[in-house]
Amino acid sequence: MKRVNAVVVGAGAAGGIVAKELAQAGLSVVLLERGRWYTASDCRKDDLRNQRTTVLGNAFGPEDAGNPRVWVNAAGQAQTVLPSEGAWSNNAWCVGGGTLSYGAMAWRFLPQDFRMRSTYGIPEGSSLEDWPIGYDDLEPHYEKAEVEIGVSGDWSGEPYHGPRRRPLPLPPLPPNREYGILASAAQRLGLHPFPIPMLRNSVPYNGRGPCMRCRWCCGFACEVDAKNGTQNTAIPAALATGNCELRTQCVASEIVTDPRGRATGVAYFDADGHRQMQPADVVVVSSAAIESARLLLLSKSRLFPQGLGNRWDQVGRNLQGHHYTGAAGFFDFETYDDVGPGASIAVCDYNHGTPGLCGGGLLANEFIRLPIQMVDRLPPGTPRWGAGHKQAMRAWHKRTVVVMGPTQPIPMASARATLDPVVKDKWGLPVARIEGNSHPHTFAIGTVQAQRAEAWLKEAGAIHTSLMDYKPEVVEAGQHQAGTCRMGDDPRSSVVDRTCKLHDVDNVFVIDGSVHVTNGGFNPVLTIMAVAYYAPERLVREWKGTGFRG
Amino acid sequence: MADANDRGGISRRKFVAIGALAGAGLAVGCHGEHGNWLVLSDTEARTLAALCDAIIPADDFPSAAQAGAVTYIDRQLAHPYRRHVAAYRAGLREAEQRSLEHFGVMPAAAKPEQQMAVVRVLEMKNRRFFELVRAHTMESYYGSPRHGGNRDAVSWRMLGLDEPPVRGRSDYDATTTERAGSNRL
Repeated sequence: MKRVNAVVVGAGAAGGIVAKELAQAGLSVVLLERGRWYTASDCRKDDLRNQRTTVLGNAFGPEDAGNPRVWVNAAGQAQTVLPSEGAWSNNAWCVGGGTLSYGAMAWRFLPQDFRMRSTYGIPEGSSLEDWPIGYDDLEPHYEKAEVEIGVSGDWSGEPYHGPRRRPLPLPPLPPNREYGILASAAQRLGLHPFPIPMLRNSVPYNGRGPCMRCRWCCGFACEVDAKNGTQNTAIPAALATGNCELRTQCVASEIVTDPRGRATGVAYFDADGHRQMQPADVVVVSSAAIESARLLLLSKSRLFPQGLGNRWDQVGRNLQGHHYTGAAGFFDFETYDDVGPGASIAVCDYNHGTPGLCGGGLLANEFIRLPIQMVDRLPPGTPRWGAGHKQAMRAWHKRTVVVMGPTQPIPMASARATLDPVVKDKWGLPVARIEGNSHPHTFAIGTVQAQRAEAWLKEAGAIHTSLMDYKPEVVEAGQHQAGTCRMGDDPRSSVVDRTCKLHDVDNVFVIDGSVHVTNGGFNPVLTIMAVAYYAPERLVREWKGTGFRG
Repeated sequence: MADANDRGGISRRKFVAIGALAGAGLAVGCHGEHGNWLVLSDTEARTLAALCDAIIPADDFPSAAQAGAVTYIDRQLAHPYRRHVAAYRAGLREAEQRSLEHFGVMPAAAKPEQQMAVVRVLEMKNRRFFELVRAHTMESYYGSPRHGGNRDAVSWRMLGLDEPPVRGRSDYDATTTERAGSNRL
């Protein structure tokens, strides 16, 4: 197969942008994606089979058959889990990755989020660390993501975020009914509510129309293609350069290295199940935290018996997701207008600054609710089944507001993705094994956040409330997975350097959420995108200087 | 696929036929002369309908089985829920035994209060099966009609949701921050 300059493994939030940046800089790029390329017409509006409520499977991959993972419970017992089960920790497998079907909140991390250890010290037993780069390093790249991918919103009322040079390119969507109910209550509590920044067209942008405000957003592909992901922005731009070839349904199995310890390319199974080898000068791994770690660990050789970049047993550690807590409030008037995307208002007053707690998280109202999601979200004391349950569904479906948010996870080295010694996938490759949990401090914050959400709802007039303060047994990595190849200056406690290059190998990069040292109290996708703009800049500079041809 | 022996003996079929004549709300779907389901036997289907209807009974709006719960569950057991088939067979048999033991009739022929009592016993004694049936019944009723439940989107209409979902664009003017002439406020 013809040698190319770069192979990028994974066409998601990061990989799509990396491919575009490299292709536009003139490098020849092969972008490998294990899933398919879905389009707006694949939006099925099916609330049992999507990426959010997956009881009948994942709409955008992977399918249950042939893709198990192993999940180890708190007692150390391993069990095989399916992609449609929460414990599997899925993010979509398709062109665009999670960005095809996400809710599309577009948060910048706060400056403190890059300096968690310096700000708070290390909670006992945790692996909390500072990023080797800061907010200022990423600011121009956040901006590029906001402009190129397309973010709507209005930051003017929000006092906590770091400095920014430009406003967002798109105005926020008009407020929905929940916004009105929650905004005045937040102001009475002294909070600073504002419209959630979203990777969604509020007005025509980038050649596509605006959001039509239907219910089917978070977890679904957008029927009118108004939601901005890499599948309708960066990847088409990469292909338009003529330098990038996208190969779908291609499953990378190994990064191949030569006897000098340099990567020579990527071995993969093509759509017909045939093993192929794509030679390349540079390999970029952008498969999201669990699969990126897995690919490195699968790439064993004489020089790298523990897997690539794993000399110090760091690959796969510090696995993080987001622990969501909050509250449901029940009102004696209709609060719900069935107008998408649903989530509309947030506060960042609780991301930092709580005495005794490391960090915190945003609080926001929930995306549009599907009736099936309300089944177990009714007021306390509601019967779980029978006529009473049915009546309660009727009574409360449109009189409920949910406020929740992701808690900044405090990482643990023992929360990991490794290779399972027994279970294999349908290509015969060892599957990811997920074990360990976030530091208990995470859940302490979560409980306080739930109480704050409840207070906000009560101020807004809720007549009943119920706390949503669930504590997972094992880290729930899922769509916000991060941390498994953390960025750092010390090879003994990190996997990649501050340019996202493996400490151990000169021409292999990891560019995705894996490199996040901490994952913020925010949906991480805009930070993943910012890193995906940041890292290729350096790579391209190095390419144009000395080159990577060994 | 089920083997013939799993599909309920003749005596059970007869028994259910009697139950059916007693007319206990058995509109569980129209599947041809032989009443073949994809996975369930006729007996199992009738028992399941009784359990589903205890979980979501009829009131001003149809019950779970009336809205297609058995069609939904049978269809899923044939594919994504294949892993639950054994639990269903055992659980439905247990429901029948308990109903016979306590009330002398199969669940399908029992009175609504008796059906509820059977479900309550399952909730205590066979939690795993109860949780499956509860979850799947809720999915059938509140989920997308395309999978065999929620016939005519009845639950969505019950909740006051537009079906088909009205597009927000007809309700909102994206060029202003004001809501344009809505009758739904």
